[in-house]
Amino acid sequence: MKYSILLLVIIILSAIGFYLGRRRSAGTVNGEIRRLHSLPGYYGLYVALWCGLPALIIMVLWLVFQSSVVMSIVISGLPPEIQSLPKEQMSLVINDIVNLADGLVTSDTADKFLLLAAEHYNRLRAVGFLSLVAVIMSICTAGLGFSMRYISPSMRARVKVERAVQVMMILCSTVAIFTTIGIVLSVLFESLRFFNKIPITDFLFGLHWSPQMAIRPDQVGAAGSFGMIPLLTGTLMISAIAMFVAVPVGLMSAIYMAEYAAENVRTAVKPLLEILAGIPTVVYGFFAALTVSPFLREVGAKIGMDVSSESALAAGLVMGIMIIPFVSSLSDDVINAVPQSLRDASLAMGATQSETIVRVVLPAALPGIVGSILLAVSRAIGETMIVVMAAGLTARLTANPLDAVTTFTVQIVTLLIGDQEFDSPKTLAAFALGLVLFVITLCLNIVALYVVRRYREEYE
Amino acid sequence: MNETEMRQDGSGPRLQLIKAGLKRRYAKEKIFRTLGIAAIFIALLMLAVLFVTITKNGYGAFEQTFIRLDVAFDASVIDPEHSGDPDVLSSANYSGLVKKTLREMFPEVKSRRQKRDLYSLVSRGAAFHLRTMVMADPGLIGTTQTVWVPADDDIDMLIKGHIKTGGGGGSRVKADKAAWVDTLVKKGAIEKRFNVAFFTNGDSREPELAGIRGAVVGSLYTMFVTLMLSFPLGVATAIYLEEFAPKNIWTDIIEVNINNLAAVPSIVFGLLGLAVFLNFFELPRSAPIVGGLVLTLMTLPTIIIASRVSLQSVPLSIREGALGVGASRMQAVLHHVLPLALPGMLTGTIIGMARALGETAPLLMIGMVAFIVDVPSGIFDKATVLPVQVYLWADSPERAFVERTSAAIIVLLVFLLIMNALAVVLRKKFEQRW
Repeated sequence: MKYSILLLVIIILSAIGFYLGRRRSAGTVNGEIRRLHSLPGYYGLYVALWCGLPALIIMVLWLVFQSSVVMSIVISGLPPEIQSLPKEQMSLVINDIVNLADGLVTSDTADKFLLLAAEHYNRLRAVGFLSLVAVIMSICTAGLGFSMRYISPSMRARVKVERAVQVMMILCSTVAIFTTIGIVLSVLFESLRFFNKIPITDFLFGLHWSPQMAIRPDQVGAAGSFGMIPLLTGTLMISAIAMFVAVPVGLMSAIYMAEYAAENVRTAVKPLLEILAGIPTVVYGFFAALTVSPFLREVGAKIGMDVSSESALAAGLVMGIMIIPFVSSLSDDVINAVPQSLRDASLAMGATQSETIVRVVLPAALPGIVGSILLAVSRAIGETMIVVMAAGLTARLTANPLDAVTTFTVQIVTLLIGDQEFDSPKTLAAFALGLVLFVITLCLNIVALYVVRRYREEYE
Repeated sequence: MNETEMRQDGSGPRLQLIKAGLKRRYAKEKIFRTLGIAAIFIALLMLAVLFVTITKNGYGAFEQTFIRLDVAFDASVIDPEHSGDPDVLSSANYSGLVKKTLREMFPEVKSRRQKRDLYSLVSRGAAFHLRTMVMADPGLIGTTQTVWVPADDDIDMLIKGHIKTGGGGGSRVKADKAAWVDTLVKKGAIEKRFNVAFFTNGDSREPELAGIRGAVVGSLYTMFVTLMLSFPLGVATAIYLEEFAPKNIWTDIIEVNINNLAAVPSIVFGLLGLAVFLNFFELPRSAPIVGGLVLTLMTLPTIIIASRVSLQSVPLSIREGALGVGASRMQAVLHHVLPLALPGMLTGTIIGMARALGETAPLLMIGMVAFIVDVPSGIFDKATVLPVQVYLWADSPERAFVERTSAAIIVLLVFLLIMNALAVVLRKKFEQRW
């Protein structure tokens, strides 16, 4: 709350800077604006930027680093026997201090050193905030005064303001890069820690997955094994079932829409198909778990087959429905990009329309279609909610689609939901799985995007 | 000449061959065409089945069964010393009042076990309801009022016909309870009413008290953060890449990056959020601010791509016109190109936001699955969002939560529908053909 007030103060000061700068610039030429290099508004913006931007940067840096700096000072003020506590207990102590300081816990039960620390913490925060206010105020006024002095008719205010805007745009466009770097680093870092504890070959080629580890060494129970092969087969099986549904249906509807359908049918059906893509995946998951799974079980019981209540088939079928629009809309684009002249030539030779499609249009569109199918596969592999809600939890090495299997995404979610200690292989395993998932989908995407791009260039 | 004659009367050997095959080929054509129609039909059928199932399961949750109780607000129970002190009033034994009323309605109930069954006819929320009534109007003390209180979720399901009675082990409603319900129905003391609580309550373990308000508010906060960050970032990136960026390796890398990010599985963004925002920057768990940040990174590629397409569609002549009258490049873009491209950018943003609104998986990673009763009051509070609420309820064993899950899905879909409709209207209204 107090930070938003501070933000408001910065904005108001910048607005004042804008007004002053504009008036000053007009003043330097006695109102003859055409003698200025830039419009007066640009001088105003120049002053406002000098006033607000450095203060904003300081404030953001402050918000990012304040809590850890304050905490480390508080910790260094604690008695030495507390400071030497192991990491986990230390974080509990820190929690206590913060809760005490916020008044969430009544203070009469707490230890004396905790009370002192909480007081220290509160005092530091108060002092810190006051100094932040002081620093920001002085930076604002300094920026304002400094830039006001520079205003003169020959100063190129527009150029400077535009350069600032452009730099901001460049910074914005690097967010995408930082996101990728962030993903790679965070996943890679935790995975490396995981591979320190579990050898990477065991992870990549192990045939057994049961991440339930004994927490204490003397506990009885599974030692935990982290072989990802059963997860891989499970993921591939569900994705294969999904593609088995999505590719024929999606491709055939794309062909019909592109080659046969009348304009009004197209405009009516296309958005309807796109609705399928817009439905949240959690809805599909619910549908799979509530309707499709029991239905398959019932059918299986009637024809004497034992269908698991979390069968791969149910999850795969529903995932297939979800992917139909991806395949159809991408293929539709690809088919439409095939030049009309190819079709005309084939039809003129006396081929029927279906012969033209099968023998001329589809072969010409094949690379693009393959690309779109690859994108759909990558989507299926990374899909989470449907499998979390409808597929099983136990990793099983099986080829029977009526059995319950589990996938990468299901395991990531189950390993990371709930309380977690950040050093156990159990939690770190989720990041290793994330790394595998990221690498697989990345490869598929790169190949797919490359194929599609090459194909587009061919006909452009 | 000879050839043409032969063709016209159709007696040439090669022509005969072609004709013989024609029937087969036309049949194939027909089959192919039918397959296409069948594919579309299957897809649309699935859509219909999905919607019908959800609606069929969910519409019931908009109604809730209420039981009429004639409660005597006994002063000796609520406020024995007539102090009128709010503390006394709020800590009084209201569930005792409810129980007493129930005992009076069914005096034949004697054994302890039966009494317990009897008490479980009404929701645990009944006592809270009485308390709020008394707190609002202490004058009620000492009077007897007719109060409609929510029934327990099992009774609710029984009235709606979703579960059956009987002695079987699986049935949650015992025969004697069902008999009491029958009596109540005959007396007209059971009624289905519009379920206001579903829209005004936060989450609860009791299905009859659980509502979506907390989740909706959480979703709104999360969407607010996402919109505030992703729209400026996306538009600025698109403008830079489309209008200013030189063609070099650097911008190529950015482009490939953005295209790839658009296809990275959403759960990986969740891992990023967990590792970076929660563990490194130590932002609060389960808070809309973190959810918003993660969803921003996820929707950014969508918005950037849509914005670039929108910028590309603005003809070059607009830029040249502006430059020709002496505008700088920045002025040409910001004053002339951007306003023309803005509707398209907004459409792309709305579509990206709609996708973010339905996203669940990355939010599970950053702890937005916690069971949170309170309605969040800021972006740093613990919160959950609508799709996660759906996931949580779908996991609950009570039959009544099936209904509520579907109802929450209906609400979610209505939101999405509105957003998409908005995008379509925007596109229609501002679509410009150059």
